[in-house]
Amino acid sequence: MSATDRPLPTPTGDSEAFWRACKKEMLTAQRCADCGRLQFYPRRYCTSCLSERLEWSTLSGRGKVYSHSTVFRALSPAFQKDIPYIVAVVELAEGLRMMTQIVECAPEAVFVGMPVEVTFDHVSDEIALPKFRRAEAKQP
Amino acid sequence: MKDPSGRAAIVGIGRTEGPRTPGVNSLQLHAEVARKAILDAGLKLADIDGVLTAGCDEPTYCEEVAHSAVLSEYMGLKPRFTYTIDLGTPVFAKMVEVAATAISAGLCRTVLLACAEPTVSRASRTQAVEKMTAFGHPEFELPYGVSIPAFYALIARRHMHEYGTTGAQMARVAVAMRRHAGLNPWARFRDPITVEDVLASPMIADPLHRLDCSITTDGGAALVVTSLDHARDLPHQPIVYLGAGQGYSHEHLVAAPSLTSFAAVESGRDAFRMAGLKTGDVDIAFLYDNFTIAVISQLEDLGFCGAGEGGAFVEAGHIDLGGRIPVNPNGGLLSEAHPGRPGGIFHLTEAVAQLRGACGERQVRDAETALVHGVGGIMSNHATVILARA
Repeated sequence: MSATDRPLPTPTGDSEAFWRACKKEMLTAQRCADCGRLQFYPRRYCTSCLSERLEWSTLSGRGKVYSHSTVFRALSPAFQKDIPYIVAVVELAEGLRMMTQIVECAPEAVFVGMPVEVTFDHVSDEIALPKFRRAEAKQP
Repeated sequence: MKDPSGRAAIVGIGRTEGPRTPGVNSLQLHAEVARKAILDAGLKLADIDGVLTAGCDEPTYCEEVAHSAVLSEYMGLKPRFTYTIDLGTPVFAKMVEVAATAISAGLCRTVLLACAEPTVSRASRTQAVEKMTAFGHPEFELPYGVSIPAFYALIARRHMHEYGTTGAQMARVAVAMRRHAGLNPWARFRDPITVEDVLASPMIADPLHRLDCSITTDGGAALVVTSLDHARDLPHQPIVYLGAGQGYSHEHLVAAPSLTSFAAVESGRDAFRMAGLKTGDVDIAFLYDNFTIAVISQLEDLGFCGAGEGGAFVEAGHIDLGGRIPVNPNGGLLSEAHPGRPGGIFHLTEAVAQLRGACGERQVRDAETALVHGVGGIMSNHATVILARA
């Protein structure tokens, strides 16, 4: 089974720029030019003020584990060979939360509040999934 | 309680009695429970002028046709008020509100509402589980392999972190549901379990074990709602609809404003306000127990205990039969039955049966008022109804 058997994102008009940036290993989010709010996931209008003036902002890629779960039983066969794997909600330094996976980390080592940084998993020619690893693992 | 005059009441219930319904399709199963409910109400086909359903999982009866119309034709019903309501799993609670509101507005007099699915018998168990657990944002959740149990595990982990809730406290919810199911001859699982059993069951998505997760069965139910004035002429003691609420904060967990408090807060608050009651007036609570943590969360958000106190509340036995606020005396989605979309409708039929005083060994003594709460998505979409003996 190849990696592409897993469900992959199909970029939409809202998210194309996000996935293009991921391919270049940059984590981005929309910022509203009118009210200044950041929003994730990408959408056509600002969910705070309905503005259509959304601009792309590059994020630090750093944050903390907000919650986590190690999956021992993959209910989709596509993830069967990955178990156990850690899914998590990461709260980014900018305040946004993302659903993601924690990689390069033993299940028993992950904890709420663990500092993490983004790392990109190039799962296809087009898609690099932003995942996170322990921030200390960063090479100087 | 506010004056119930001018209100609607539930006068008939019909349900599947056991975990499997082999050899029938979704439409037949809808008709089976609908027939039971109409007969239970002491009514005839011609008395039903409203029909509400929630759709079905068999494309033959749902694609490009109105499901409630298909059921009406199949049964020989000619409703002047009919909808298929697409609201996910809390739909059963919403259907009561829509029926009662339509009756009060004079749009119709007597409404049949039904939801049923031969979920397991039609597919393999594996397919049924896959169907019931495939959920998530296609771009920002599904690629990470987050199953429905894993979403609830993320909620559980955060609750543990913020409030010190323990795995044993969550397990205690499953123990209570199993104890109740032991008194319910129709329940899928009836043998008692202990906290240790739950904690020793295979880990699905840490911290949730298999026995923290609801089961998979066939099943469904139907109810008949009419005006209270009409209800007084019918065989059963009317069970009056007192109030409802709905709340919504997100669809996908990635967009949830909080992982520890959800829109049950607004849903419950509005239902209590409409009913003119407070939590202390409720004799039985029917909470959506798809996972053990969900019960703890609803106890807090609906105000049965304070934020963060749900674990200790459950551990103290307060949700057990005989406890301060018995929860799901039928055994719930964790032990009685969970056919997917229709799952919560058994909470509704059990609430009516309990308020009628017809539940034998598992009867909550002198039960006069019940709250029924449904949850859809990942603690996303909430609906509450409050019912009382007339």
